[in-house]
Amino acid sequence: MTASGSIGSHDHDHEHDHDHEPEAAHVIEDDAGNLEGQQMIDALQALLARKGILSAGEVTLEIQNIEAPGTHLGARIVARAWVDAGFRARLLENGKNGASELGIKVGEAQLVVVENTAEVHNLIVCTLCSCYPRSLLGQPPSWYISKAYRARAVREPAVVLAEFGLTLPPSTGVHVHDSNADMRFLVLPLRPPGTEHLDEDALSALVTRDSMIGVALPLERAPA
Amino acid sequence: MTAAPIPVRYRVGDPVAVLDLGKAGHVRTPFYVRNRRGEIAQFCGYFLNPEALSLGDTSGPLVPLYRVRFAMKDLWPGEARSDRDFLYMEIYDHWLRPAPGPHA
Repeated sequence: MTASGSIGSHDHDHEHDHDHEPEAAHVIEDDAGNLEGQQMIDALQALLARKGILSAGEVTLEIQNIEAPGTHLGARIVARAWVDAGFRARLLENGKNGASELGIKVGEAQLVVVENTAEVHNLIVCTLCSCYPRSLLGQPPSWYISKAYRARAVREPAVVLAEFGLTLPPSTGVHVHDSNADMRFLVLPLRPPGTEHLDEDALSALVTRDSMIGVALPLERAPA
Repeated sequence: MTAAPIPVRYRVGDPVAVLDLGKAGHVRTPFYVRNRRGEIAQFCGYFLNPEALSLGDTSGPLVPLYRVRFAMKDLWPGEARSDRDFLYMEIYDHWLRPAPGPHA
């Protein structure tokens, strides 16, 4: 991912945006399509290795780097925001700076943290591809990349949330964030009730991946 | 990078409409917001135009990027659940025009 966030930051092309053919495939989800992509990657890697531009070890190392971030990073940020109002304010002002206070590096261009309140519930989607705060949450779940989620989250978010098991009161507004350019988004969920006695570490165990995407609320007690 | 940045021309709260430029390639403005009205929610900074960047063109200019807020009831007439539901999306300057006056 480059600093400007576009070259190589998307998983597939968007060549179909301009035409009006019905059901132009924006994402290849079937096995045959994945196989074709894999063949191209294999061919490219073999060429680059043969020309001495990269080695298999370097590729393995880079795969490790890509897979190293996980939900725990986002959870640490959320838990700190729950216990430290000053940090929370700075985080909402500039997500990247906030994360760096905890020594967490955001690889994407910018991080926008959107705060759930009693009145507003936030939901993240990328309708064009699979933009996701990978440096904080790791790789996105398969449903996040599915065409069904991407199409429906921006059109009937409350119905989608209900299918995830989250039924919002009619008085709660839903703010959907279609993450499609240089920003990346993280939901700051509401601190669960009855957790006043918990410290930051214990709180971070309640912060799930789905709660930071906005399709769920945090756990109310630590998993057994 | 050689070209001077495109100046910022909107402030938070300004009403805007999304253009339908009919461009091909690595376009980051989905169809469902084209020709729709919204308002500027945030100025995100300057970024290289992804349409050029995707072709390896890093010559610029830097383009202002905004977050635009749309009312769900404007995006999906007759379907929206609540007047309190909104959609936020990042849109590059060249896909926007000022849209003063009442909503269509």
